[in-house]
Amino acid sequence: MSSGSTPPVTTNAHLGSPGRPVGRMPNAARRWLPGGRASVIGLPYAWLLVFFLLPFLILAKISVSEMETVVFKDLITYKDGLLQLTIKLGNYVFMTQDALYLKTYLASLQYASATTILCLLIGYPFAYFMARAKATVQPALLMLVMLPFWTSFLLRVYAWKGLLSEHGWVADLIIGTGLDQVMAAVGLISAPGKLMHTPFSLVLGMTYTYLPFMILPLYGNLAKMDLRLLEAAQDLGATPWVAFWKITVPLSKAGIIAGSMLVFIPCVGEFVIPELLGGPETLMIGRVLWDEFFSNNDWPMASSVAVVMILLIIVPLAVFNKYQAEAQETRR
Amino acid sequence: MATAGAAVAPAFLLIQGVTKDFDGYKAVNNVSLDITKGEIFALLGSSGCGKSTLLRMLAGFETPTSGRIVLDGRDLAGLPPYERPMNMMFQSYALFPHLSVWDNIAFGLRRDGLPAERIAERVEAMLKLVQLAKYAKRKPHQLSGGQQQRVALARSLAKQPQVLLLDEPLGALDKKLREETQIELVNIIEQVGVTCVMVTHDQEEAMTMASRVAVMSEGRFLQVGPPAEIYETPNSRFVADFIGNVNLIDGVVEVDDPDHVIIACADCRHYVGHGITGTEGMPVTVALRPEKIHVSRHRPVDAEFNSAPGTIKEMSYFGSFTVYHVQLASGLRLKVSQANVSRHKDEELTWGDDVWAHWARTAHVVLTQ
Repeated sequence: MSSGSTPPVTTNAHLGSPGRPVGRMPNAARRWLPGGRASVIGLPYAWLLVFFLLPFLILAKISVSEMETVVFKDLITYKDGLLQLTIKLGNYVFMTQDALYLKTYLASLQYASATTILCLLIGYPFAYFMARAKATVQPALLMLVMLPFWTSFLLRVYAWKGLLSEHGWVADLIIGTGLDQVMAAVGLISAPGKLMHTPFSLVLGMTYTYLPFMILPLYGNLAKMDLRLLEAAQDLGATPWVAFWKITVPLSKAGIIAGSMLVFIPCVGEFVIPELLGGPETLMIGRVLWDEFFSNNDWPMASSVAVVMILLIIVPLAVFNKYQAEAQETRR
Repeated sequence: MATAGAAVAPAFLLIQGVTKDFDGYKAVNNVSLDITKGEIFALLGSSGCGKSTLLRMLAGFETPTSGRIVLDGRDLAGLPPYERPMNMMFQSYALFPHLSVWDNIAFGLRRDGLPAERIAERVEAMLKLVQLAKYAKRKPHQLSGGQQQRVALARSLAKQPQVLLLDEPLGALDKKLREETQIELVNIIEQVGVTCVMVTHDQEEAMTMASRVAVMSEGRFLQVGPPAEIYETPNSRFVADFIGNVNLIDGVVEVDDPDHVIIACADCRHYVGHGITGTEGMPVTVALRPEKIHVSRHRPVDAEFNSAPGTIKEMSYFGSFTVYHVQLASGLRLKVSQANVSRHKDEELTWGDDVWAHWARTAHVVLTQ
């Protein structure tokens, strides 16, 4: 900025002049305070720093700390002229040794993937027809998608408990049609007639809860698609079905990825739904975390589990961000 | 003349009494047309005249409410767009943003299930035709507007359609580029030899590119003919006014002889060197193109007919020509355009000059509707 090169004498002279518009920052202050642009960008960064990076570093620190009855030992100690850095990797090593952790991580990824795929299969046609509906009904449809958010998430998950337990009408319907036999045969439920506390009820609950997070970005993407491209595809000999696969789907890739991330990431760490709808065989990492923190009170171990989980989630996120950046570039 | 020519060559694309009714609004109202093979035909009209609807009916995106569209003896009714042997070049080009130039051109060929080497051969030929061979790997957004237009053309020609449909083919280009592209586009179309129906609101575009033009208004054809015919002998006030600049002067037929007529107007008497179908005392409109009128400070020798005194009220300099607005005694303003043939005129006309406007006996078009 030019203010940097102006000698301070002139600055002061300007400050005193009556013609100077009020409300403008004096140059001296401007030098110290960040500009408007910097503060707008800086604010979210500061937020992330304080509420994400800092806690994460604390967590990482705890995960390599030694427990000393109730307090953690310092990582760096200085005693008798000896500077010591103690990093206890035992928890991470333990996680590779105890099959429980690996199994739980894998199960979490599996359930999250299944939920994501189901949300995509249900959400895509939903978002598609919503985006192609008459412009006048679209706001109403959008409202309907968001309507469940008006009720507490816990209540809605509890409601599924009622629907799926014995003599719940969804359970009656499934058992009445004999679908439970099929589900038991493929291992979705442990035995015919019992729907609650099974992988089925868990994935159903997660799919139900996270479906709007899939629909909304997909809708946003599909609604702004240029329909003339589909006409062009048809004009060149593509049937509507082929045009859908060759044009609509590739062009909605960014929406598919955004929706999938929004479903997948929270699903991996989901705690409440597995707790309420899952069973003994559907152990997910959220519950292991809970147990380590609050039952075992082993904070270093719990922190290690959490750090690994965050890394598991950050990798797909990084991939998503990279894709987004590329998509941004192509759209230009 | 044009109708005689069309009668000799068999109609290739036949539009018979086609109407498109949108909830009681007739976007296209009972139009009929014969288009011969190899012709470049332009549908010209302002926005909302129904030209785009007609084109979309040809492509199959809209279904005619009534009437028939026959291509090479085959009725196209009920044929979806993807089965019609026509390809369209869209106004916004509608290039697939996620596909490279190469894949955009190959899109239609792949739909036909051609073997890979045939597709490659055809795409290469198309790229060469539009001189974009070195841009094959680029995505559409990496091309300039003119290059995108050529990709769109290559894509619509790749399948060797029987009819090429062009929707405002040059609408998205700036003026200078448009003029260059007009000629290039016509050259490519003629090189390929494809029958072409184009839609445009730009009369210049229609005139330079098309072999025949249909002027459309409110869903109907007002006049169909070669560009020169439409310009020099418009059949109605609307067409005369729509195509180019014109002075429309109301008058009454005073003398009606087989070889000439005399029309009396407020400011002058017109001697028209040909007969008209009309009667004495009939009110008519005389259309005079600005470039067919001359202005001069001197009174013409024969001032009895086809001349009027006036004052220059406005003048606009366009470089190659200047347009003068000459106000006549009745208050009528006559637009006159004079080519600036020499750099310095012997007679520099300017605002407020009293002048005489005069024109030849063959300059008029007498319009009865």
